[in-house]
Amino acid sequence: MSALTLERPRSLKAALASLAADPSLMPIAGCTDVYVGLHFGTTPERRFLDLWGLKELRGIGVDGDALRIGALSTYTEIIQSTLVQQRVPMLVAASREVGGAQIQNRGTLGGNVANASPAGDTLPVLAAAGARIVLRSQSGTRTVPFDGFYTSYRNSIRTPDELVVAIEIPRLQGRQWWRKVGTRRAQAISKIMMAAVRGTDVRIGIGSVGPTVITATQAAAVLSGGGSIADAKAALLSEIRPIDDVRSTGEYRATVAANLLEQFWRET
Amino acid sequence: MRRKDGDAKVTGAAKYIDDLTFPGMLYGATVRSSIPRGTITARHISLPDGYTVADHRDIPGPNYVALIDPDQPCLAVDEIRHVAEPLLLVAHADKDALLHLDTRISIETRNGTPTYDPEASDVCFKKIAIDKGDLDAGFKAADVIVDGEYRTAHQEQLYIETNGVIAVPGDGRMTVYGSMQCPYYVHRALVVLLALPPDKVRVVQTETGGGFGGKEEYPSILACHAAILARKAGRPVKMIYDRVEDLLATTKRHPSIVRHRTGLTRDGRLTAMDIDVIMDGGAYATLSAVVLSRGVIHAAGPYRCDHIRIRGRAMMTHTPPNGAFRGFGAPQTLFAIEAHIDRIAEQLQIDPVRLREQNALRPGDTTATGQQLGRDASALAVLRDAVKRSRFHQKRKAWAGTNRGIGLSLFLHGSGFTGGGEVKLASKASLELTPRGARILVASTEIGQGTRTMHAQIVADALGLPYDAIDVHEADTAFVPDSGPTVASRTCMIVGKLLERCARDMRRRLGTLTPAQYYKKHGAFTVTSQYEPPPGLQWSDETYAGDAYGSYAWGCNVVELEVDPVTFDVTPLNVTAVAEIGKAIHPMMAIGQIEGGTAQGIGYALTEEVVMKDGRMANAQLTNYIIPTPLDAAPMDVGLLERPYAHGPFGAKGVGEMPIDGPAPAVINALRHCGFDIRSIPATPERLMRARLHHGFSKAGT
Ligand SMILES: Cc1cc2nc3c(=O)[nH]c(=O)nc-3n(C[C@H](O)[C@H](O)[C@H](O)COP(=O)(O)OP(=O)(O)OC[C@H]3O[C@@H](n4cnc5c(N)ncnc54)[C@H](O)[C@@H]3O)c2cc1C
Repeated sequence: MSALTLERPRSLKAALASLAADPSLMPIAGCTDVYVGLHFGTTPERRFLDLWGLKELRGIGVDGDALRIGALSTYTEIIQSTLVQQRVPMLVAASREVGGAQIQNRGTLGGNVANASPAGDTLPVLAAAGARIVLRSQSGTRTVPFDGFYTSYRNSIRTPDELVVAIEIPRLQGRQWWRKVGTRRAQAISKIMMAAVRGTDVRIGIGSVGPTVITATQAAAVLSGGGSIADAKAALLSEIRPIDDVRSTGEYRATVAANLLEQFWRET
Repeated sequence: MRRKDGDAKVTGAAKYIDDLTFPGMLYGATVRSSIPRGTITARHISLPDGYTVADHRDIPGPNYVALIDPDQPCLAVDEIRHVAEPLLLVAHADKDALLHLDTRISIETRNGTPTYDPEASDVCFKKIAIDKGDLDAGFKAADVIVDGEYRTAHQEQLYIETNGVIAVPGDGRMTVYGSMQCPYYVHRALVVLLALPPDKVRVVQTETGGGFGGKEEYPSILACHAAILARKAGRPVKMIYDRVEDLLATTKRHPSIVRHRTGLTRDGRLTAMDIDVIMDGGAYATLSAVVLSRGVIHAAGPYRCDHIRIRGRAMMTHTPPNGAFRGFGAPQTLFAIEAHIDRIAEQLQIDPVRLREQNALRPGDTTATGQQLGRDASALAVLRDAVKRSRFHQKRKAWAGTNRGIGLSLFLHGSGFTGGGEVKLASKASLELTPRGARILVASTEIGQGTRTMHAQIVADALGLPYDAIDVHEADTAFVPDSGPTVASRTCMIVGKLLERCARDMRRRLGTLTPAQYYKKHGAFTVTSQYEPPPGLQWSDETYAGDAYGSYAWGCNVVELEVDPVTFDVTPLNVTAVAEIGKAIHPMMAIGQIEGGTAQGIGYALTEEVVMKDGRMANAQLTNYIIPTPLDAAPMDVGLLERPYAHGPFGAKGVGEMPIDGPAPAVINALRHCGFDIRSIPATPERLMRARLHHGFSKAGT
């Protein structure tokens, strides 16, 4: 194996300059996903950019009407934040079920977003919340809607010279709901998970049932328009594309997705 | 009572195999097959200097891993029987130099057609037949006949420390250090393979991070591999599997298919039991014959019946060999009989407790092999205690028709080697006088289960000395006698008894002197005792009749659980585990064994699934092979009952394996109470969903 190199920039500016100079540098935040990839030989990269010291990517605060969560915020910080507790309790609930205590202390929201796994637990929450992703490169900042951020399995519109600097969540109206169906109660990859908001509008995010996280707009439209739960379930099943893998079956995922939708509607 | 191994483990001073290094040491790796069946047609190796490569031609003795049948090659010659078949060994001073061997070594093969279904296999490793009474007469006397087929799947031991060894060569000798349960098994395999006299081979067990049977036979092949490389390189070689290799290549619990046909009178008395047991042995015989043996002997469960026929077969398939795992065949067949008994109860509309009470073996009754049970036969005692502690009947009634269920299982587990096994082993244990007390010399290994502590307690009590005056020698074949393997719930009952006898001999010899006084006057001495069967014990390997075990421990589990109607996730709410084990030498450790085995049994029942794709484990990572975490384990209420066995140390019988026999059927019976007709495990949410896709629960749970 060739040696690994690690750059440790002192500022966001320096980090972006390094990335601009060499877009094959791989950013690392908590390294909880990257480490696993390296161990199993699925991460080909050998040169890394350590973001951990970048203050500009930390902190949770209010920016205008939106909640702004720095990309380096860990699950533990999210769980402990009163702002997140008040505004996005479903994100707190999702964070509590990520890995175990060690992963919660080290894994970051930005890492979960950038890693782009369809099984990322916070992604359905961000979908249901109508979040925005703040991206920055040497040539500037752009804020993009979370819907449409992913283009295909493990791919997003983020360019290699861009970093996720923050996640913005607008003020949410209505009741929030979250449920993870994992292979066990801790240290579990989700077989399926759903986040939903029931306000004047309904928004539903659902994970592990397709190549990317899915915003179930049709099911949400049925429910928002006063349609029946049976129609909403049928709509949901047409929006998801669950498959068989070592953790579960497509049949199970489809059945449980519909059950979750019904449970959400019953409980909110 | 402080554990003998406790301080070193807690402070980090304990040395596991990966903590050791030797001057000039190389790292070894195994090049394996990637196809399940075939023939090697060519090997292309292009490695620069600095590598040591070994294949079957580097083996000085016969090329097999000595255990029972000499069928498993240590390194393939040309035949490939499973995806992890070892073909070549490579060593290098730099561990990282072994990472991408596949780019420098290529093996050409002609592929064969693999068989994965044991029933379709035409190679049988072992057949066993047990006959008691007259089966036809038994069925004639029956009012009702109930049939059933039950299936269990692979299970991985998942010890925390993966398999690993270091082989150190030196002027006509070979020393192997490693993580293992049975130093003398490894010793024998090395003596045969290296064609060395026994005194030129030394095997030392290093601190071992768990085994559960997974380090019973497997370390032998790994030690052979390291020794072949070490011999060729003339340098020490360390081989440690990472988790993926450990999961892909090492042994698992045998999958099973068990079919029951049972005759009963209308009021629920067993008149005939016809049982067919098939075990999937994987690619080589390894321990399948003895796993099957324990399986068939336990297949009729803890029940009395005059007319029994049991047929067992262990079949070859093209998957890595299956092997020893806590329970050793009994969890499979006890799952079947206990799930079957609840189906019978349902069919006859008899309370499952009453059905068991009516048929449970009592003192003086005979088992399927015709063994007459002694006064310590405790089926009824454990059943009644567990039913009472768990308030089984109240809950059974209250939860009927809801998504909560309660189910039970009743079981027994023979302590020690099966049949004539202990006589053949003829184990020895020694005790050496020291100035402050005595030192235990046995090959029994401490693998986290408390061997050293429990042996020291037995010796201390029999000698009348304080526990701290007793030392335990490490399991090193250069110093300790062959006390047999650390398996089969025999370490306390069999080896502990040998030590008790040594201690009583030593006590007599000391007379009125303290160890210090005696030592000063006469110097050290060592007493050794060797296994002798208790008087009257009889067994025939030809007819499979007689006293299958010196004694049995008895258990009853009650599992309470809830099924989530949305996700089909099962939450065990509470487990009651009552065990009669003769005498708990160290009650806290005995309870620990029961709790751990119960959690492992619940994993077996619900989540632990080896996903096999084309003969290869597809989920060979901790992320995807799902053992329970502490959050998944249910609260447990453990009850210990003690009915001393006359030939065990202070009355003790075995406890290590039995706890894993009962949880799976109790879980499945609780699911049956919730309306799920499940006859195979693991009962994953996916399978429960399939079983109930179109039904709802009639009312919500409490
Ligand atoms: C034992 C274990 C359990 C786990 N359990 C869960 C779980 O339950 N649920 C779950 O969703 N995940 C789980 N994970 C996965 C992982 O912990 C999460 O995805 C975590 O959020 C990743 O964050 P990180 O900071 O460690 O990312 P890293 O590993 O540092 O990075 C992940 C990816 O994101 C990129 N990246 C990181 N930060 C940025 C940034 N600011 N800008 C651009 N790119 C960036 C990296 O280049 C890399 O491609 C688990 C992992 C482990 C090892």
